[in-house]
Amino acid sequence: MSSAPVLLSVNNVSKHFGGVEALRGVSMDLAAGEVVALAGDNGAGKSTLIKAISGVHRVDGGEILLSGRRVDFATPSEARASGIETIYQDLALADNLPVGANIFLGREPKRKAFGFLPVLDRKKMADAAKETMARLDFHVERFRAPVSTFSGGQRQAVAIGRAIYWNAQILIMDEPTAALGVPEQRKVVSLIKTLKDQGKGVIFISHNLADIFAVADRIVVLRRGVKAGERTPAETNGDEIVRLMVGG
Amino acid sequence: MTATATSARQESHGLLSMIVELRAWIFLLLLVIFFEVWARSAYGQSFVINAYNLQAIGIFATAPLLLGLGQTFVIISAGIDLSVGFTMGLAAVVSAHAANMASGVLGLDLFTAMLFGLVAGIGVALIPGLVNGLLIAKLRVPPFIGTLGMYGVARGAAYLLAGGMTVPVSNAWYAWIGNGRVLGVPILVIITVIVVLLMHYLLSQTRFGQHTYAFGASRAAAVRSGINVSSLTIKLYVLSAVCAGLAGALYSGRFAAGAAQAGEPLLLDSIAAVVIGGASLFGGSGNIAGTVAGALVIATIQYGLVFINVEPFWQFVAVGVVIIISVLVDQSQRRLLGGRKDE
Ligand SMILES: Nc1ncnc2c1ncn2[C@@H]1O[C@H](COP(=O)(O)OP(=O)(O)OP(=O)(O)O)[C@@H](O)[C@H]1O
Ligand SMILES: [Mg+2]
Repeated sequence: MSSAPVLLSVNNVSKHFGGVEALRGVSMDLAAGEVVALAGDNGAGKSTLIKAISGVHRVDGGEILLSGRRVDFATPSEARASGIETIYQDLALADNLPVGANIFLGREPKRKAFGFLPVLDRKKMADAAKETMARLDFHVERFRAPVSTFSGGQRQAVAIGRAIYWNAQILIMDEPTAALGVPEQRKVVSLIKTLKDQGKGVIFISHNLADIFAVADRIVVLRRGVKAGERTPAETNGDEIVRLMVGG
Repeated sequence: MTATATSARQESHGLLSMIVELRAWIFLLLLVIFFEVWARSAYGQSFVINAYNLQAIGIFATAPLLLGLGQTFVIISAGIDLSVGFTMGLAAVVSAHAANMASGVLGLDLFTAMLFGLVAGIGVALIPGLVNGLLIAKLRVPPFIGTLGMYGVARGAAYLLAGGMTVPVSNAWYAWIGNGRVLGVPILVIITVIVVLLMHYLLSQTRFGQHTYAFGASRAAAVRSGINVSSLTIKLYVLSAVCAGLAGALYSGRFAAGAAQAGEPLLLDSIAAVVIGGASLFGGSGNIAGTVAGALVIATIQYGLVFINVEPFWQFVAVGVVIIISVLVDQSQRRLLGGRKDE
């Protein structure tokens, strides 16, 4: 574990929104093949931290290093281009489009019709969708139907599929299991394990201690914008994590 | 739920959504049948198998359709363009002036002068389109408000440039574009068909079209996928204005005069065509074929009522009823299909 290369270092990062200090001097590392859980109460700054990493927010202080090089993403697409894929709480799917179109949104493949006319390559999109969903062991059959007709778990799978299709090195997930039923939560947890086995670095936010202890290698706890603690599951327990979250 | 029940439900949904999808064409078919029956029983002749009627409906449909094509993109993106009618008027006036000036002042031949007029009409439309786009994309003005402002500005500019009158064009080539036929097909219709194919390609086969759908359904999805939504928005309103500019430039040929009020009644017709065609004003859905059907429905009502000698004011009632039915169908489909989940 300790020998794996560090993919990402967050050093002493701060971010404020007007008067609200959402992050104050937060640091954390992520290695290849490692899963880090971010825990913390509502408003602790978890989403803000991952948005800083994924290029949504620019930090006010501190630095973010990617494989040792300092990065300062102006947009999420710059972060994606550097191999950081993020799955947000709201999934951000285009509900009116099918799975393939969602996976490829913003980077649609093209082909030449009649040998000259550039058109969207829908077959390639559908094939990639099929292959990706199979890799996730999620059963989606209707590859032409808009994703609005899918269940919560399937929609989560589409969002994860979108991320893994692009071979990201770092996957960030904001509460990936929150909206799911128990069987689908299990699937997402096992999926995170799969990603870990493939050598990806995974950061996920969760309020669910069972999920955290099931899959995390390290747990980073935030409280009101500061890092309240960092533990491995072996050296801690749920009570301590909750104490770190709420203080006292 | 058992597998068979699920698939049976899916099949009935499939049929239902097909009817919903094709509703504009079904309206069109019903209208044609209605006028056909009327024409046969009242005049003992056919309504559809009549080249004159078909040409007239085709010509009736061109202007609302041209505006509706650009409007389709804008509405799919969850926006609206209220300025298209007077952008069309502005383009009509400017193209008339430009064609006259090109032949009169610059001494160009009539064909070149006609081209000059067309280009000037489309070119001037870029201004309201660009301003709309910038207001909405950069200053975050709601589309309804931004384009309503432009409705006023373009209207005033068009009347000012026209000096409060219509601007006659005396250019045989220009009149030919507006009234000529090739193999019996009006040139206006030919031009419109070409633009329809172009727009269909743009909407269904390019990234621009795909991003328009995504943006209309979820701004967040578009933004996070790295789509430059502000440039997309500007392009959408420029496209809408260019369609209106073309409609205006063609108007000057058809009536041998540019008029500021050229597109005045067409704003609502263009929106009606898009809505009847199945697009949702909430964004995210719609297509070019639907808008074509919607424009044909409107043109058939307008022409058909004249044909059967009914008070022409009934057209407003009829178009209004079709819009309402169309939206009701859309709502009921949303209730039936929208909340559906797989498990
Ligand atoms: N874009 C923003 N503008 C202003 N304030 C913000 C913004 N984003 C977050 N905040 C504030 O920053 C603080 C941290 O918010 P953040 O969303 O990171 O919390 P969180 O830990 O993800 O909470 P939750 O568990 O509820 O998702 C909160 O006080 C929040 O109101
Ligand atoms: Mg959050």
